[in-house]
Amino acid sequence: MQMPEPDAKVLARRERILVRLAEALPEDALISDPAETRAYDCDALTAYACAPMAVTLPRSTEEVSAVMRICHEEGVSVIPRGSGTGLAGGALPTADSVVLGVSRMNRVLEVCPEDRFIRVEAGRTNLSVTGAVEDLGFFYAPDPSSQLACAIAGNIAMNSGGAHCLKYGVTTNNLLGVKMVLADGEVVELGGPTLEQPGLDLLGVVCGSEGQLGVVTEATLRILPRPEGARPILLAFDSPVTAGACVADIIRAGVLPVAIEFMDRRIIHLTENFVGAGYPLDAEALLIVEVEGSEPEIDEQLARIKAVAARHDPLEMRESSGPEQSAAIWKGRKAAFGATGQVADYLCMDGVIPTSALPDVLRRMAELSAQYGLDVANVFHAGDGNLHPLIMFDANAPGQLEKAERLGAEILTLCVEAGGCLTGEHGVGVEKRDLMTRQYAPDDLDAQMLVKDVFDPDWILNPAKVFPLEASAARRVRKGAAA
Amino acid sequence: MSAGAVPGAAEVLAPADEAELAAMVADAAARRAPLRIRGGGTRLALGRPSQAAAELSVARLGGVRLYEPGALTIVAAAGATVAEIEATLAAERQILPFEPMDHRRLLGTDGEPTIGGAAAVNASGPRRVQAGACRDLMLGVRFVDGRGRVVKNGGRVMKNVTGYDLVKLMAGAHGTLGVLTEIAFKVLPAPECAATLWLEGLEDETAIRAMSAALTSPWDVSAAAHLSGGPTMIRLEGLEGSVRARAERLRERLAAFGDVETAEEGPLSWRDVRDCAPFAGRPGAVWRVAARPSMAAAAVARLRAERPVEALYDWGGGLIWLLTPEQDDAGAALVRAAAEAAQGHATLVRASDAVRAAVGAFHPRPGADALAAGLRARFDPAGVLNPGLMAS
Repeated sequence: MQMPEPDAKVLARRERILVRLAEALPEDALISDPAETRAYDCDALTAYACAPMAVTLPRSTEEVSAVMRICHEEGVSVIPRGSGTGLAGGALPTADSVVLGVSRMNRVLEVCPEDRFIRVEAGRTNLSVTGAVEDLGFFYAPDPSSQLACAIAGNIAMNSGGAHCLKYGVTTNNLLGVKMVLADGEVVELGGPTLEQPGLDLLGVVCGSEGQLGVVTEATLRILPRPEGARPILLAFDSPVTAGACVADIIRAGVLPVAIEFMDRRIIHLTENFVGAGYPLDAEALLIVEVEGSEPEIDEQLARIKAVAARHDPLEMRESSGPEQSAAIWKGRKAAFGATGQVADYLCMDGVIPTSALPDVLRRMAELSAQYGLDVANVFHAGDGNLHPLIMFDANAPGQLEKAERLGAEILTLCVEAGGCLTGEHGVGVEKRDLMTRQYAPDDLDAQMLVKDVFDPDWILNPAKVFPLEASAARRVRKGAAA
Repeated sequence: MSAGAVPGAAEVLAPADEAELAAMVADAAARRAPLRIRGGGTRLALGRPSQAAAELSVARLGGVRLYEPGALTIVAAAGATVAEIEATLAAERQILPFEPMDHRRLLGTDGEPTIGGAAAVNASGPRRVQAGACRDLMLGVRFVDGRGRVVKNGGRVMKNVTGYDLVKLMAGAHGTLGVLTEIAFKVLPAPECAATLWLEGLEDETAIRAMSAALTSPWDVSAAAHLSGGPTMIRLEGLEGSVRARAERLRERLAAFGDVETAEEGPLSWRDVRDCAPFAGRPGAVWRVAARPSMAAAAVARLRAERPVEALYDWGGGLIWLLTPEQDDAGAALVRAAAEAAQGHATLVRASDAVRAAVGAFHPRPGADALAAGLRARFDPAGVLNPGLMAS
């Protein structure tokens, strides 16, 4: 993975830039000692790290605006950062950049249950948004697995999903408005506490733009009344293909579960060794299907699902009879990544396929795994086709990371060829930047970059991400002109 | 290509496929000859009237291109009619979840609404409160930008964060950033059963409190509407036993507001709510106001003190349809101020060409308007795609 050469002109002005930032910010909001900036050298894609010139941790939109204005005037790249839990390297700094972290901006600004929204500062963590409204009987729907730590700012940048998006959608479907600082320091508000915004849907393109269009400092989020209850059922099958067919039939049957999770044999055994969830070990594939509602509604939906599943000769159907059993059913699924990490290093892929292609893609993925001699464990959101193949390798063995990356690229290409896409919820960042041409033609990428040209004409916000370096090269050189 | 006389446009261009359409746009751009984009012609009276040298019709780009009921996805050419898509889905007991508004009754237009037109205006009906807007269900698009380049974005899967989401940007852009040629949607199972609970005689303020009581309940309300001076209606949908059980619970909660009736449909059908039928065929301008529900009734009351206004509330009060006389610019300044007081905005949906030309259809937004203008300048540098239609 290649990053652009640091701008020597910027590095030469480091002292002056730091002085200007120090003048604009409270003392504890600027970090430039390399020992202290180390925590910001990478995000959760730890394979790549680089020390930035400085880290700024503003506490208000005004301070964010001041940082942006100075960086814009000095021609310095800005790397926006939420909690640094991203898996695609979207918050990876360059040596000539300033990291702008919003984690100290975490207040709740307004809660309005009757109008069904909450307004928060963007550094607030995902789970603590729900925490602020659960006593009122509400929740915030998108639930990425990092929800304890990840910030709303990062959720918006990556348009994060989660296990329950089959019913509730992803971040963009639950985001009503933002306050955002543009590259030149101007503050704009897009959307608000209503279900529609006038004119072009700028909010829609900001969500998922990976910190390249502006720095979101406040967000208005839709909150939903919490369902009365939820209950999962565990379905075990003797083949992944049958499990895949069962998923499509459940969806066709007119019930809409909130989640359909898939685990293959490798994951079943890994999690069993790790947390002992009591999964059937003779199964080749497991589905966890969860439905919501009142008790009679749950019964009605599960009866329908069981009738569909029965047609596929399951090895076992284990319906939860109470909270303890529900927790047991979810236990292995929730421990899947941790269990895999116990036995190997792994790369987590994030490709998406049409659910109809599931059997074929699983088969071809197994062939690729054998061809590369690297184990691939599969655990994913089957209802929406979002695959998370875990490519297992040994980071200490020379060449294995590169080999795993090559296998990952082949798997993602397979997803695109099957009618899907490179990434369903993790984002492109630097990780999948150079694969973008497999999904998009040059004109498709140019249309996306036109949007950045409007919001950030000098390309100072997170410039070396999302688009292949070659495709963005001509645009990124303009940055120097601002200095 | 076919040609014919159209009011306000010299010529109709009707390309047979995307490539031909792209060539026509490129040619128009080279000649700086503005185009009016047309689907079924049922929504042409939306927006500020724009001068066009020719009309560009996507009607011949028709048909469902791919439908996978088990994956809840359908892909259709922009010229496919909404009716055709809904019939295709109905055969598999599925629906377009966003209940696209049919503008014919309100605008007094003929023709067949197309799916491209529905997407271009982000037509979202009563189920917006539960299943999302048109833009939320759009998974992917193909379009031709103002230089005549074919662009694709998104795809046909439910989760996709590969690059920028131009799909949302195209939804509701009224063709001003590009001409949609193909759209992929997420669909849902058709509800097996529906029930409407309604109350009569509630003041607007009380009606909105009743709708909020329903929408903040855990019973998955799929629509909530109130006609000022008429019924207040709540809809539940789903499996039969579930609908019956939820209706019973909701009835108890709403009893505090008055007598609650229950039937499959209320006194006003949901189709009528969707299409704003109460104001169809009646003189006057029609506004569409997005508002905070808890502030909606006060905003309307404030407006009523200044001029005659009738109101139909959808989305639990989050959307207000207003009927008001055309005189004095259809009350533009007052309506926009009222919308802002409810932390929302107002769109002029129906008015004479003269009024729409005078006040514009869309709500001005400081900051955002400059960004929008920048996007139009990049996507349509020659200014040939419905120029000025969205100018505020």
